[in-house]
Amino acid sequence: MFSRAYKTTVTLPPLVWVTVFLLLPYLLMFCYSFWSVSPSQTIVHSWNLANYGELLRVNVYWQTLLRSMWIAARVTLFSLLLAYPLAYFLSFCAGNKKDLLYQLVIIPLWVSYLVRAYAWKTILGSDGVLNTLLQYVHITKHPLEFLLYSPFAVVLTLTHIYTPFAFLPIYAALEHVPRNLVEASHDLGATPGQTFWKVILPLSIPGVVAGATFAFVLSLGDFLAPLLLGGPSGIMISNIVVSLFGAAYNWPLGAAISLCMLLLVVGLLFFSERLEKKWSFS
Amino acid sequence: MTGSEIANKPGSDAAGRTPLLKIQKVAKSFGKNIVLREISLDVAEGEFLTILGESGSGKTTLLRIIAGFETASAGEVWMGEERLDRQPPYRRRVNTVFQSYALFPHLTVEQNVAYGLRVAKRPETEIESRVAESLKKVKMSAHAKSKPSKISGGQQQRVALARALVNRPRLLLLDEPLSALDANLRRQMQVELKSLQREVGISFIFVTHDQEEAMVMSDRIALLRSGELEQVATPREIYGRPSTAYAAQFIGHTNLLQGEVRAGVVRCAPLMWTAELPDGPVLFSLRPEKVRLATTNACGAGCVRVRGKVRQQAFHGATELIRVECGEGLVLVVRTPASGGALNDIELEFSPEDAVLVRESPERI
Repeated sequence: MFSRAYKTTVTLPPLVWVTVFLLLPYLLMFCYSFWSVSPSQTIVHSWNLANYGELLRVNVYWQTLLRSMWIAARVTLFSLLLAYPLAYFLSFCAGNKKDLLYQLVIIPLWVSYLVRAYAWKTILGSDGVLNTLLQYVHITKHPLEFLLYSPFAVVLTLTHIYTPFAFLPIYAALEHVPRNLVEASHDLGATPGQTFWKVILPLSIPGVVAGATFAFVLSLGDFLAPLLLGGPSGIMISNIVVSLFGAAYNWPLGAAISLCMLLLVVGLLFFSERLEKKWSFS
Repeated sequence: MTGSEIANKPGSDAAGRTPLLKIQKVAKSFGKNIVLREISLDVAEGEFLTILGESGSGKTTLLRIIAGFETASAGEVWMGEERLDRQPPYRRRVNTVFQSYALFPHLTVEQNVAYGLRVAKRPETEIESRVAESLKKVKMSAHAKSKPSKISGGQQQRVALARALVNRPRLLLLDEPLSALDANLRRQMQVELKSLQREVGISFIFVTHDQEEAMVMSDRIALLRSGELEQVATPREIYGRPSTAYAAQFIGHTNLLQGEVRAGVVRCAPLMWTAELPDGPVLFSLRPEKVRLATTNACGAGCVRVRGKVRQQAFHGATELIRVECGEGLVLVVRTPASGGALNDIELEFSPEDAVLVRESPERI
């Protein structure tokens, strides 16, 4: 086995890293969330729950949080609806094209987030590709305004960006469905449709849960898509946090909101892990 | 020699019973790799047929073609008046017991067994009674509510069997179902499986590489070698009258005697006897138990005797195997009742009719 000294040398750097760049900032954020800002714009280190009270009292905060969750929920749904059939096709029908198609799904992940978000801006804008086309073929007379700077644009962009994240775990789960179970199902008289609903889908649930968790958590905390494409009605909770830490200079309130988000996400992860365990049989 | 010739040889047909399954000149290749060459084989109603072969002989591929998981490159499979090989697997009245059982891990034992009836949308009361009956038949009623991961390999095996039989298929395919079990359980399951087959009266096609298993269970054995049928016959026939050197060696132990016939006299190294055979090279299979230690009593006319030196003597309980060097490079393996003492110079004898003329088995790629 490895010596004690060796183990320490190997594990110490990551331990230091996690402590300095993860645990300490979280601790700091935790502390900030109980402090406040004086009228003269300095941090007052007195402990109280005022920030959490404000979170509940001021409508815009919890409403934005709810709206963010609603946007994330739609992104999750659409991502799953796109990713599952794609993953199923790749895993069960693509044959020897499988690897190539897999790479094609992955490639967008290498493209900068900003490029993809701006691409949607040029497509959805009032003189963008889509509106120009719609007017050109006389489907509409005037550019459709709801396309850009709306929750619609945010949901569309986030779905585009996070579908590969939903795809990966679903694809992995489908690849792990033993093919002899599919054969056994056919052998017992089940049609391909019945086999899908009774064998393949139940056995791929852990992947669906993981994919949904990725899509939801990542889009819930997103702030670039709403910033670039959301407009006033598409604001999400992270935009508020950003402004609280920036222009508004209210770090304590920003920290309180961040901490609430963190708890929400941790709770979600916990729940999704339970769900995954319940549906895994290997 | 093609498969169809073998299958149609008198004595090796489906024993006069109506054929349930007809495999006609089925061939299969994966790219350039030829797995099966023109296999023709009939399976009778209620027959226990074993497809025996080494790994890579194509036996599993043949089974998968019958089940519908592979399509044959050529040839036809018929069940009665129905062309089977054009049907998808879920339309065939054939069920399979898989080598690794392939039980659905997310369903209980009971739900696994009910699967085929559920997808066929049978009434729930019928499903319940048939599942219960089927589980009882394989002695698994006590585990009805367990998940497959919570029961042993032998038990999973029984569930897989119940899951297939509950659908009352006309033909049951078994792909080395006992290979994962330990020796004791395996022998026990061989007996149970055979009596279960008699009880339900369904035709079984059983795939195995274990010749002993094939002998114990089968009505007939189809010996497959490199994608061709070597011999199709009852266990007794294939053991007593192997048609090729490969069949003789694969099933049981044997002595292969290479020799020549000239003017009605067979000469195999130091051995000599008369036989009505055309002149030319010949090959005989002589089972070790057909060779005896020579006694003072004459063993009848034409008895072949040879002296030799004992090189090895292996005690097997009731019998012992003796390797005897008889000169001119001939080594005979002899199985005799355990004698009790060490042997040295001995005289052996056998009847010429126990030396079975076999064909050479040329190497195939």
